[in-house]
Amino acid sequence: MIGGGLIYAIAGAILFSLGLYGLVVHPHLMRKLIAFNITGSGVFLVLVGLPQRMAGTPPDRVSEALVLTGIVVAVSATAFGLALVRRFYDLTGKTRLPNDPRPEP
Amino acid sequence: MTGISSVAPWIPSLILLPLAAGSLSFLFGPRSSLGLVAATPVGIGFALIQLLLEFNDTGLQHYPVGSWGSPLGIEFRADGLSLVMLGMTATVGIFISLYALGYFSGEQAGGVWFWPLWWFLWAALNALFLSADLFNLYVTLELLSLSAAGLVTLSGEWESLAAGLRYLLAALAGSLAYLMGVALLYGAYGTLSLELMAGLIRPEPANALAASLITVGLLLKTALFPLHFWLPPAHGSALPPVSALLSGLVIKASFYMLLRLWFEVFPSALTPVFAQGIGILGAIAVFSGAWLAFHQEKLKMLIAWSTVAQIGYLFLTFPLASASPAGALTALSGGVYLALSHAMAKAALFLAAGAMLKVTGEDRIDRLEGVGRHLPVSLFAFAIAGVSLMGLPPSGGFIAKWLLLDAALATGQWWWAVVLILGSLLTAAYIFRVLRRCFLAPPEHAVFHSVPVVMPIAAFSLAGIALLLGLTAVFPLRLLEKSAPYVAEAAIPFTVVP
Repeated sequence: MIGGGLIYAIAGAILFSLGLYGLVVHPHLMRKLIAFNITGSGVFLVLVGLPQRMAGTPPDRVSEALVLTGIVVAVSATAFGLALVRRFYDLTGKTRLPNDPRPEP
Repeated sequence: MTGISSVAPWIPSLILLPLAAGSLSFLFGPRSSLGLVAATPVGIGFALIQLLLEFNDTGLQHYPVGSWGSPLGIEFRADGLSLVMLGMTATVGIFISLYALGYFSGEQAGGVWFWPLWWFLWAALNALFLSADLFNLYVTLELLSLSAAGLVTLSGEWESLAAGLRYLLAALAGSLAYLMGVALLYGAYGTLSLELMAGLIRPEPANALAASLITVGLLLKTALFPLHFWLPPAHGSALPPVSALLSGLVIKASFYMLLRLWFEVFPSALTPVFAQGIGILGAIAVFSGAWLAFHQEKLKMLIAWSTVAQIGYLFLTFPLASASPAGALTALSGGVYLALSHAMAKAALFLAAGAMLKVTGEDRIDRLEGVGRHLPVSLFAFAIAGVSLMGLPPSGGFIAKWLLLDAALATGQWWWAVVLILGSLLTAAYIFRVLRRCFLAPPEHAVFHSVPVVMPIAAFSLAGIALLLGLTAVFPLRLLEKSAPYVAEAAIPFTVVP
């Protein structure tokens, strides 16, 4: 029988796709960082939900520990990203990266 | 796969030593850098040699952290491939540390933060090469990306901030794609250990999805064409010792993971279509990277685009190694040896370029005229490293390309041999474009600054090692034969038939 975990895993997969889409499409740096966080939450939902997809499975302690570690990593990455975005805004007054990364040939 | 649990603390000391150095250098600032450079690489080198000796005696080394073995605890593991990569990191790391002592000795910005970030980066690399489970690989990969992105932004100018942000966002997206793949695999098999996973995994659609997510994430981090957009600005605008670290070592980490996962954990999913596809992307990278390198105005941009081209070569390993089980060892050894010699040669190129740019005070290839007279040692280093990149004998690049050519001809895939040879010619074109400028007479009124003597010497030593790798190939190649992928290959019937 299908358990509640599967619903979380499917929701996680949808969040992951939405987040990646946002990360690629939005030029605004803050939106990119928010999209990264949404992507991350999607992955964590899959990580917790998928091992418990059958009803009556006991909660998986290992996947909970993995998600906790993942959240710590995501929080530090976001903090670092925010610091870079602020400094970039202070220096240039812009909120998006220069479009073409390559120099003039 | 049986291994002896190592009780000697060599594996954790390889990770804890640079971690401790990073924390100390953060606490005590740049004053401590001389002492830490004197102590840390020696400690790491000693631990590495001890680990190597134990590996020679007893084979595969396992270290369960806190005596909690897999599947519940975190386990580290050292095989031939890990040891080769650890040795590569230590060799490049020692010379970059010496170079950085000279580079940051004056009024150069960024010296305060370079040291802690670099030690953390070294710890992350060592931990990554020793990790034996998918999640530990993820954590070490993130540590690596965060410290690398921090290093890119050291100079504090807006260009390097933009490059660092672009790099950070690409790296984070890559990590999350990888983690999603890991989540799917964990959901399916309930284990993260590479060894257990290798025994369980079957070619199924869900696993194909997981493997694709993992692969795309890692390709983004390795910057294989067309996912290379973040690399040239990041590697080109960082400070020279940082560029050397990024091009020499950091991209090798995700390449190592790809090799490890595809050839040890899911070799059964390695279809000919996928392998040839990766090879085609590699070939496009070889040609487009070399073409763009040739047309750059700035020296460091030229070397950064050359990295894009050389990454392309690395991925020729996939079609060559998967074509037949007989040729797999040759092709894999060739691929790893190419990564090894590229690490030395590319780091030497960036270090030599850093010295030349400090002398001329400007990052333009036009301004290099007369550098040959003021910095003969750096120029010589640049030329020798170029020889290894081109793959001329007796360099390490020659041995690597020889092995790959051998595999290409043995498996009847002559088209990859053509890519290998044409790519070498293109490499020669952009290396000679720089060398030609350097040998011209200096223009009148040209001002040349002086550089600390350790900088050209460090660059020259690395270039010399890249050259010597061709003469002492037996030892690393023999180590590679004792790697887990080949052990796994013997255990699982190889399902890919040409």
